[in-house]
Amino acid sequence: MTEAPKGGKLSPGGDHGPQLSGSYWSKGVSAHNIWPPVKRLFGYIGKYRWAIMIGVLCTMIGSLLSTIGPQYIREISDRIYDGIVADSLDMDTVLGLSLIALTIYVVGMIFNALEHYIIPATSERVANLFRIDLAHKINRLPLNYYDNSSTGDIMSRLTNDADTVGHQCGLSFSFLFSALTTIIGCIIMMVWTCPLLAVITVIPPIVGFAMTRVVLRRTQGFFRAQSRYLGAINGQVEENYYGHAIVRAYGNREAAIREFSATNDELYRVAYKSRFITSTIPQTMAFIGNLGYVLVCVIGSMMVLNGEITYGVIIAFILYVRMFSHPLMMLADAFAGMQALAASTERLFELLDAPEMEDESGKDLDTGNTRGAVEFRDVCFSYIEGTEVIHDFSFRVEPGEKVAIVGPTGAGKTTLVNLLMRFYEVDSGDILIDGVSVKDLRRDQVHSLFSMVLQDAWVFEGTIRENLMFTSPGLTEERMIEACRAVGIHEFIESLPQGYDTPVGERSGLSAGQKQQISIARAMLHSAPMIIFDEATSSVDTRTEKHIQAAVERMTGGRTSFLIAHRLSTIRNCDKIIVMRDGKLVETGTHEELLAKGGYYYELYSSQFENCS
Amino acid sequence: MIARVLGRRGISLIAVAVVLILIQVWMDLKIPEYMGEITDHIVLNHSDVVMQKGTEMLILAFGSLLVSFAAGFVLANVSALAGRNMRLMEFETVQSLSVEDISRFTAASLITRSTNDVTQVQNFIARGLQAVIKAPIIAVWGLIKISHSSMEWTAVTAGGMAILAVMMFATLHFAGIRYRKVQWFTDAVNRNTRENLDGIRVIRAYNAEDHQEERFDRSSRELLDNNVSAIKIMAPSYPVALAMSNFVTVGIYWIGAGLIMGITGQEARFLKYSDMIVFTSYATMVLTSVLLVFGVMRMVPRARVSYARIREVIETVPSVADGTITEGKEKGTVEFRDVSFSYPGSGRKALEDISFRVEKGSTVAIIGSTGSGKTTLVDLMLRFHDPDTGSVMVDGVDVRDFVQQSLHDRIGYVPQNAIIFSGSVTMNVNYGDGSEGRTIEDVRRALAVAQAEDFVAALPEQEESHISQKGKNLSGGQKQRIAIARAVCRDPEIYILDDSFSALDYKTDKALREALRRETEGSTVIIVAQRIGTIRDADEILVLDEGRIVGRGKHRQLMESCPLYREIARSQLTEEELL
Repeated sequence: MTEAPKGGKLSPGGDHGPQLSGSYWSKGVSAHNIWPPVKRLFGYIGKYRWAIMIGVLCTMIGSLLSTIGPQYIREISDRIYDGIVADSLDMDTVLGLSLIALTIYVVGMIFNALEHYIIPATSERVANLFRIDLAHKINRLPLNYYDNSSTGDIMSRLTNDADTVGHQCGLSFSFLFSALTTIIGCIIMMVWTCPLLAVITVIPPIVGFAMTRVVLRRTQGFFRAQSRYLGAINGQVEENYYGHAIVRAYGNREAAIREFSATNDELYRVAYKSRFITSTIPQTMAFIGNLGYVLVCVIGSMMVLNGEITYGVIIAFILYVRMFSHPLMMLADAFAGMQALAASTERLFELLDAPEMEDESGKDLDTGNTRGAVEFRDVCFSYIEGTEVIHDFSFRVEPGEKVAIVGPTGAGKTTLVNLLMRFYEVDSGDILIDGVSVKDLRRDQVHSLFSMVLQDAWVFEGTIRENLMFTSPGLTEERMIEACRAVGIHEFIESLPQGYDTPVGERSGLSAGQKQQISIARAMLHSAPMIIFDEATSSVDTRTEKHIQAAVERMTGGRTSFLIAHRLSTIRNCDKIIVMRDGKLVETGTHEELLAKGGYYYELYSSQFENCS
Repeated sequence: MIARVLGRRGISLIAVAVVLILIQVWMDLKIPEYMGEITDHIVLNHSDVVMQKGTEMLILAFGSLLVSFAAGFVLANVSALAGRNMRLMEFETVQSLSVEDISRFTAASLITRSTNDVTQVQNFIARGLQAVIKAPIIAVWGLIKISHSSMEWTAVTAGGMAILAVMMFATLHFAGIRYRKVQWFTDAVNRNTRENLDGIRVIRAYNAEDHQEERFDRSSRELLDNNVSAIKIMAPSYPVALAMSNFVTVGIYWIGAGLIMGITGQEARFLKYSDMIVFTSYATMVLTSVLLVFGVMRMVPRARVSYARIREVIETVPSVADGTITEGKEKGTVEFRDVSFSYPGSGRKALEDISFRVEKGSTVAIIGSTGSGKTTLVDLMLRFHDPDTGSVMVDGVDVRDFVQQSLHDRIGYVPQNAIIFSGSVTMNVNYGDGSEGRTIEDVRRALAVAQAEDFVAALPEQEESHISQKGKNLSGGQKQRIAIARAVCRDPEIYILDDSFSALDYKTDKALREALRRETEGSTVIIVAQRIGTIRDADEILVLDEGRIVGRGKHRQLMESCPLYREIARSQLTEEELL
């Protein structure tokens, strides 16, 4: 995710030219598209803009000084030459000139060092700024944003793109201005010193540079192929690693390796070709440098023999030749960098610009005395426009009632919960809590009315204690232990070497059921007027489940609660059962009423007790 | 490991590259020599040879270009080859690791190691190898070439070199420490992000956005701080290296002025002057070579971290080693003999003294509370772990003695979480060893048994419809049915169904079980379940509690003899339903 060295200017063709990832080539932003996003970027990064400008100024001063340096070396060598001819040399003058030259180079070095600190450090700060803004943005986006975009894509914006923007917003501009300063400075100095040699020095690098561009443009296919195969490889790796158990158990190892190997070989073939093409660029520029050197030597020598210039001029030009082939490559890199910058900036702003949930700070209804009456009134809802999944749904729940929502997979049970929690907004109709539309409450108010346990138990990196208490930090140890006892996980936690301070997370080694138990304990501690259990105990065995239910009942007393469960035995005691099918309410009533009715619920219920092996 | 990564071909290619680079350096070092000769002629006023020498220089320069292209071609091949080999080696290793090894690394980390880390190292080789070979050759050869002309000049040049070398190693050492931390916090930022995205609904439900943001900001800030301090360490080194050749040039001229005036005779002085010019060219080349390495060395800290991470994977010895036996002594039997097992790092026994035997064609169910060891028990049959004591036998052979593939070929395994691959339905159902021998009819039959026929028929291209990665375009129940069809399609001796019906509603569950019972006639079935209804007709039911078998027998027997079983059953069924 992070790019290789920061701030280096060496062999730019290698360091910042076409990367293995082929990023510059796949993003395809043309020149006229660069400015608008970059302009916006600089507006966005605020004060860092000034740091970048200072860095760029440093690089310009450094470059300027390095173009002046050779003049003093020329001066020194001419003095020595004249000294030989005149048979007397004023060593003090030589010393004086040497000191001036040294001073110029030292000052230049200091400015370069400043730039090497300011630019990359600012880059990191900008990357950090975007990372944080994006991470916060994630929490302000409506949930339906996540239905339409993959986690991987959002992750990649937050890591790769934020990094690219951080990296390039300083570097490409410092490259650009450093190159321009060097080019202009060199040309002025050279023309001033000797126009003919200046022309000879300038032409080969420009021709060589133009040639490499043509070659690169013609070979873009390789770079595209490379990023395509890299993508394919990543996909295969991800899938086979996540499905490792199945790959093994089904003996698909050989086939998987064969398939991987085939893609890998293709990648190898395009990778070495594109690497070769990339490597020819600095080599060609080195040749151009040599060519310039030879031309300066030969033509300069003739001019010295003709008495047109002094010998020191040749020496100065040898230095300029070495200096001049470099900035052209830097210019190319600066433009490539800006393309990457523009592309990544657009991706960042795309996410940052995504419409957020409505600002609700103006809603200040008091929810302190919520009793927990819930009503769905003619609710219609669709995740994707045109595909309605909840149709004209109406029901009413009295305060303190225990309601079960049942129905086959895909009936819309979880969707109801999503709507109740205001994770999504209804298309039409209304949901009322104590007669107040949820739209008139702030989302965080709605959330805080519910203790909720979801189908996918979620545990974050941190200790068990943090996972239990993160939303209610003021709670006592006793309450925490009580909740864990109630869900039957206290003994397990105590048996761990670090007890409640044991770190858990991706590598936690907690079973799915244990994660659910922790989630349930968390919900218990977060005592709210209403409770939602969405398949909350699907990985917990029925015995533990019974414990949990008893505990939940005890702890939550007469609170309105919603249960979603496939296991119908768990809902028998509910005050009301809502039977759903294809997003519609089929029937409602108590367990006994529904069984007596002999309808869809009866069918569902009886099917689970028929014999089978 | 480097030898393995490069292979014989890679090493030979590097040898070729070294020879090519030697030739190139020879040519490059020859060019300033001509400059010396030309200068000699100029100062001594012989113009006739300038054009001739100039032509020879051009030929050398062009030759050097061609040779460097050749070397570049060879080295490009080396880097791509190394990348290919590392990826393949990692992929192969990971495929032979046990489930335990994978969870130790985490799948996400293994993915990064097989993709990004390899790219890092490959980039490093691509850009660095040339410099690493070329720079020392230029430095040593160049210094030797000029060492005879003046002790003082050589001393200044060597001194400059020494300063750069010391600075380089010190910088890299101290920056390296920071970069390792950077890597760590980069991982932390990624982890936090993923966690935030995965848990977004819970976070919202608990209004815990601030809590998550705080955690993220902290990691991000740490990442920033470590990056900035690494940058601080790195900042001066490149400008110093860049300026060093200029310092040395000025030094040589200043010393040179004294040396030249110290000798007598104008011609001798001019020859020394020309010597000085040539020397400066070489000194610049020598010092620039350090710069070349320096640019590459800046990539070292990251490449080294990546390389170590790759190496850790490749050198992992799978904690489960392959056996040699391919044929069983019996058919369709499973036996546990006094098996105990605990997860590494955990003091608790996940399974303790488990013994039971399953005969061909019978159905054994395993039931028990969360964390009682049901999945662990099943995993041992598949050799995802090895027991600490006792042995697990399949078809009368200790599973450790089986060639794993032969063991797995006997089993149709459906895990708790259905795993779906991107590809067609057919590809997902007809999967793994022996898939070439099975036809579309087998796939259809398996889909029918798994009650997946209807929804597959409703897909745009039926069995050939594309399923996206991780089955994102399917519901949980649909994924489970595909996973079950995959097992059915193999027609295995032994079915292992690890709580594979949990996302199905009761109606589908029931239909599926009935179809499966017809289908599995003659096959051994081991079924882990939560629902009594699913298992009550099993030939034997094992009740597991905290890793021990606390009851075994048929439903009726257990209802009488096993309090735990009774409790589980009561929680699900009413008294009448139980009998």
